[in-house]
Amino acid sequence: MLEDLKDAGLCAFFALLIFAPFLGVHLGDGTSGNLTLGPTPERLALAVAATFIARMAMLAWHRLRSKRTAKPSNGAAAARAAKYIGPVLLAVAIIFPLLPGMPNAYIDLGVLILTYVMLGWGLNIVVGLAGLLDLGYVAFYAVGAYSFALLASNFGLGFWECLPLAGILAAFWGVCLGFPVLRLRGDYLAIVTLAFGEIIRLVITNWVSLTGGPNGLLGMPAPSLFGLKFSMAGGPGTFAGFFGVDPMPWQKTAYLFYVILALALLTNWVTLRLRKQPLGRAWEALREDEIACRSLGINVRNTKLTAFAIGAMFGGFAGCFFAARQSFISPDSFTFIESATVLAIVVLGGAGSQLGVVLAACVMIGIPELLQSLQIYRMLIFGLALVTIMVVRPRGFISIRRPSVSLGKAKMIGAELRAEGKG
Amino acid sequence: MAYALQQLINGLTLGMIYGLIAIGYTMVYGIIGMINFAHGDVFMIGAFVGIIVLTALSTVTSVPVALAAAFVISAFICAVYGFSIERVAYRPLRGSFRLAPLISAIGMSIVLENYVQVSQGALERAIPNLLPGGIVLLKQGDFVVQLTWMQLAIIIVTLVLLAAFTYLVTKTPLGRAMRAVEQDAKMAALLGVNTNRTISLTFVIGSALAAFAGVMFLLYYGVIDFYIGFNAGIKAFTAAVLGGIGSLPGAVLGGLLIGLIEAFWSGYATVAYKDAAVYSILAIVLMFMPSGLLGRHEIEKV
Amino acid sequence: MTILSVSNLTMRFGGLTAVNNVSFAAERGHITAVIGPNGAGKTTLFNCITGFYKPTEGSIAMSPSLGKIVRLEKLAGHQVASKGKVARTFQNIRLFGGMTALENLLIAQHNKLQSATGFGVLGVLGLGGYRKAEKQAIELAKHWLDQTGLMARADDPAGALPYGDQRRLEIARAMCTEPALLCLDEPAAGLNPRESAGLNQLLLKIRDEGCSLLLIEHDMGVVMKISDHIIVLDHGKKIADGSPTEIRNDPAVIAAYLGEGDEDDPDAPVAESVA
Repeated sequence: MLEDLKDAGLCAFFALLIFAPFLGVHLGDGTSGNLTLGPTPERLALAVAATFIARMAMLAWHRLRSKRTAKPSNGAAAARAAKYIGPVLLAVAIIFPLLPGMPNAYIDLGVLILTYVMLGWGLNIVVGLAGLLDLGYVAFYAVGAYSFALLASNFGLGFWECLPLAGILAAFWGVCLGFPVLRLRGDYLAIVTLAFGEIIRLVITNWVSLTGGPNGLLGMPAPSLFGLKFSMAGGPGTFAGFFGVDPMPWQKTAYLFYVILALALLTNWVTLRLRKQPLGRAWEALREDEIACRSLGINVRNTKLTAFAIGAMFGGFAGCFFAARQSFISPDSFTFIESATVLAIVVLGGAGSQLGVVLAACVMIGIPELLQSLQIYRMLIFGLALVTIMVVRPRGFISIRRPSVSLGKAKMIGAELRAEGKG
Repeated sequence: MAYALQQLINGLTLGMIYGLIAIGYTMVYGIIGMINFAHGDVFMIGAFVGIIVLTALSTVTSVPVALAAAFVISAFICAVYGFSIERVAYRPLRGSFRLAPLISAIGMSIVLENYVQVSQGALERAIPNLLPGGIVLLKQGDFVVQLTWMQLAIIIVTLVLLAAFTYLVTKTPLGRAMRAVEQDAKMAALLGVNTNRTISLTFVIGSALAAFAGVMFLLYYGVIDFYIGFNAGIKAFTAAVLGGIGSLPGAVLGGLLIGLIEAFWSGYATVAYKDAAVYSILAIVLMFMPSGLLGRHEIEKV
Repeated sequence: MTILSVSNLTMRFGGLTAVNNVSFAAERGHITAVIGPNGAGKTTLFNCITGFYKPTEGSIAMSPSLGKIVRLEKLAGHQVASKGKVARTFQNIRLFGGMTALENLLIAQHNKLQSATGFGVLGVLGLGGYRKAEKQAIELAKHWLDQTGLMARADDPAGALPYGDQRRLEIARAMCTEPALLCLDEPAAGLNPRESAGLNQLLLKIRDEGCSLLLIEHDMGVVMKISDHIIVLDHGKKIADGSPTEIRNDPAVIAAYLGEGDEDDPDAPVAESVA
């Protein structure tokens, strides 16, 4: 107990040093344009005390846990249950927007989460399967969104015509990015992908005549249902008019929900199919050992490029959907923080696990949105959650791997055997 | 000609600041092989501690004393930050999945930015120029090439820091321990090097250098906000990679190059695309030299 | 009948000449061994043949099937396996540790399977002859699992297998590429005498099935028992070339191994068996 007190005391001392300059004083504006400094000892005391208590609680918790025999868990139970969790989640997703009295805002949140699930699944191909660290995934999201916006405004195309084009364009950019970085490994790859994402954003911001610059682009059409539009005005040619119901905002939101659900499921289906086939297996082999792949006659370059291209394509689809949903896009939506969020979803999910991505997207996107009322603390909590989850579960929620093929009953493979890729 | 000379001076000054931050990235990468994404935000913390100390002391003491205090206190506080961040967010993840510390670092970066925003507000904060004036190097018509006292001070302080740092790494037992851990952490531990302490000290030193860079940035530009760490961090990381991550001279060289590219691009092309120019040059250099300019070329043994 | 003909091969790294003007030929249907003290350039030679290094000078002619010649040094890294029909194993085992033994063997058949899926597109849609191709691939994998005695471990992750099993699995994986020449980099390293004897049997069986072998080995027990032909390297140069009996009695070889007059590793494990 005394040891705990000492330990927590030391932590509190460090907290004092850390918090003193920021919580102990507050910069303010003086009368003559100069800065003033006001003391705020109460919030400093609060933070230091909180650190002390938190540390005491943590030590007590460790003590309690060490008494029980620790059982190693790597989400094996979750993966076994995945057989049931997957369909159950899907069923919940399908009826979710139709539940009576479901607030429009919740359906909208569902749309947002599903967008990130789709992005996570797309990036999972690159990071989780092929083991290539991509810090600039948002670039493809942006390419998809701007492709749609520009095609719609310049050629009057609708969402469904633009969707495949946006995917193809994004895949094309994926290959363009892939070529120069083929030889790069690890963190060199990370910084170049990050740089690529930033370049795309800078070009979008500065090429005002094409992209509208920081003001963005407006007025993209929302997806229509077999030509029926969703309009609050009602009337012929609209969803409400055709079915003879009152136009309601939730009808459009629910439709968007099903569109993104279908797109996300398409991503999932393609990924799951590919995983059980030579291409997907080659991606995973690439993650495990690139040199061995080469010795077996696998064309490493093409295999990497397909991973980039297919991952980028799904990012492009998601971007196209995003633009249609918002009917407004600007460079602010495509900052590095988006790439980091999607990467965090993939890693928290367990890098490679499809179900893990869903769980992580719900946690990382759903919870901060529900904390909207805390406004300024929202991102602070988001950051703290990232650190905490990683420290508690470095391998993510579901880190085991199901073999793509087996002679007998498939045995799950633990995370400790899996390589993480050097690319 | 005169214009180019002025851009050269500006670029070198900026490059020195990037180089100091880049050393922190490259040291941490060398020793534990992770991208410390929060390093740019430690730099921002350094700048904020600097502005707070300067504001507190501005009416009490003379400018040189206030400046010295700003550097020392900022370096100390940032050292505590670096130490604590490593203990809390990175050490529990050492030796595990490679992406875990990266995500943890990104999380830490978000935490630091928002912590400063919440505690000190989102407004830009400005201070007056504390070292006005300078040496006029060249006059060409109306155009005056000037090396400001501030630029001179930044260059001198950086050179002194670099000299001290080089001495530390090459000549002291601590430097030897650092290099040993970098080569092979397990073996170094077996031979009696306290790896935990060495890694902690690496963070402490890197963060202190970032603090100096932060205060110099504050003095040079006079304006800071909670978000400066992101851009400066990415640039410095780019500098570290450009120079060859893990290489200390490479970090300084990369920093100087990036400072120069920015200055000359802003001077002769469009300011709007200066960051894009930096990133493009990085990509092009890495295409032809996949390990950066001074990085060790790794041939994977088969 | 020559399957692999190496002529005037030189490999320099900066100022260091690791392989110096080496020429030799390996016969089809034979087991050819490359031996030599540590640092003799064996692995470098191997890496040149299997496409991991581009030789500074010289040529490597491979005959994947009768009457056909492929110049290996002109191929891209992965084509050495796909076009040259040369498979290899590694000194420090390189299996796909997080994937099962069976998956390892299927990845070895990637090119064949990938074209059966219509390069992914038809495969995703469930069209084309992929199912049949996969069934055949699994049959081939089973054959080699059986040959290497790993059938019971087919569904275990490769990284969890014991060392000896991993060595054999790597050989099985190389064989699944259906090579004409199998290159083994110290296959007996770290094996106990019983496993080593089993390895001899396996290698002879592979030879009898029609695949030629080229191996680097330190274990003279393995080399002398199964090789048809031995090449001895020292300091990057070929110093002897002949049948096991000839090599055993070659004074240059004995001198190289016993370290006459120079500072070569004095306790090379071969000294006794050579003498």
